[in-house]
Amino acid sequence: MARYVRLLFVQVRASLLLAVQYRLDFAVQGLTALFWTASTFVPLLVVYGRRTAVTGWTYPQSLLVLGFFLVLKSVLEGAVNPSLVAVVDHIRRGTLDFVLLKPADAQFLVSTSKFDPSAAPGVLGGFGVLAWGLALEGRVPTATGTTTALLLLAAAVWVLYSVWIVVVSAAFRLVRVDNLAYLFTSVFDAARWPSTVFRGAFHVLFTWVVPLALMTTWPAQALLGRLDAAHLGAAALLAFAFALLGRRVWLASVGHYTSASS
Amino acid sequence: MRRFADLSRALLRAGFAESLAYRAEFLVWILTTNLPLVNLALWSAVAHEAPVEGWQGADFAVYYLATLVVRHLTGAWVVWALTSDIRRGDLAQKLLKPVHPLWVLAAENISALPVRAVVAVPFALLLLHAAGPDRLASGVLPWFAAALMIALAWTMTFLVMAIIGTCSFFVESAYSLFEVWSGLFMVFSGYLVPLQLFPEWLREAGRYLPFRLMLSLPVETMLGRIGGAEIAEGLALQAAWVAVLWLALRAFWRAGLRRWAAYGG
Repeated sequence: MARYVRLLFVQVRASLLLAVQYRLDFAVQGLTALFWTASTFVPLLVVYGRRTAVTGWTYPQSLLVLGFFLVLKSVLEGAVNPSLVAVVDHIRRGTLDFVLLKPADAQFLVSTSKFDPSAAPGVLGGFGVLAWGLALEGRVPTATGTTTALLLLAAAVWVLYSVWIVVVSAAFRLVRVDNLAYLFTSVFDAARWPSTVFRGAFHVLFTWVVPLALMTTWPAQALLGRLDAAHLGAAALLAFAFALLGRRVWLASVGHYTSASS
Repeated sequence: MRRFADLSRALLRAGFAESLAYRAEFLVWILTTNLPLVNLALWSAVAHEAPVEGWQGADFAVYYLATLVVRHLTGAWVVWALTSDIRRGDLAQKLLKPVHPLWVLAAENISALPVRAVVAVPFALLLLHAAGPDRLASGVLPWFAAALMIALAWTMTFLVMAIIGTCSFFVESAYSLFEVWSGLFMVFSGYLVPLQLFPEWLREAGRYLPFRLMLSLPVETMLGRIGGAEIAEGLALQAAWVAVLWLALRAFWRAGLRRWAAYGG
């Protein structure tokens, strides 16, 4: 275990050094991230310029959902997507062989191979939006509420990561799919609104199949003290199921991998 | 002239074959364009409770579906292709060929349009289904104008992307520049929110900017939301922007090539 912690540290350090090498790029990317954050507000501002509540969510409450969305999106872009792109590249060039030969868990190695520190301001921005939403709502979340929300956030990161491993495994079969990362990010975009705006089949889809509700809506509800025990149980179940699925699919895919060079 | 026509035909055929060869990648790429549907979900929830300034749920559905159709038909990927050519030095080889590299890129992007159109068809059918006759423009003229607008919008997209790609001659990474452009585009083109729902002053601010002309204008025309005078004005503005962008691209390209030294020879 301690070995893996040390390994993680080495990998993060390498990514940081690489990113800081391109200083101008690094600064510009940080700035564009802030710019994008601002653009996600536009629809909300236009909607709440006319309404006080949408499907039971007021503006401050929607800000909480948006805050969790921004945090997770930055995690996705800073810690998950860069490695995804790297794995797809490895598979195409056949260099995945070198990773598989290394004396550590291959899933761990590919998952931590690349981090993009320019997404870090986005995480801070997301927490800023959360604080702003709470201030507007005039609510100090309870200790239980905060703990639950943080636990849900951790579960959300785990589910995101597991979905990602499943997506990567698709790259073993459909070799030239560089843009899977974009597809993944664009589906995740639906998490920016409270899940109640989706009705019918989409509501089921985004709650159970791609559990976006768990990622942003439920943590917001936890902060508001509106989340019941049933939802908590469902969240635990979903996180567990996705973690299991991700690991299984990865092991099966690596088992089928035949390398590009031989 | 004849040679030019033969050349163009060959380029288009090659590009079309390529877009079919990498169909899985292409399809995934196209599927990433779903932000309009996400915004549609929000607005239809809002309109479900009560109409917004006369916009009902169906109006939003029609609007965002039309947005998707236009977006698919005006897509291009010049920024990525050009930036990578310049960075890796592949451009050196392309410059040796007896065709202008930008013309090759244009042919590649145009020849992907049939495949893009196939993807746009289901959305278009959904659009027709959701709209019924009273939410679409009637008569031949608006539709003819809309087709022309989409062609001009595609040209504008191509030119802007080529200009941003050409910036890689001067700066480290043109991608960041393009992200800034995309952010502005999302807000001012009507991609996120129909421009009609914007406050008056913001709408006025975006009136002569290229963004609205590249998306909202053809959409408004298809939905019959604007009349003859505005259609004519829109087309004129589009043509003016195409001319300006064309001149800018030429200047950038020449200045850039003079600076450029390919790596690896």
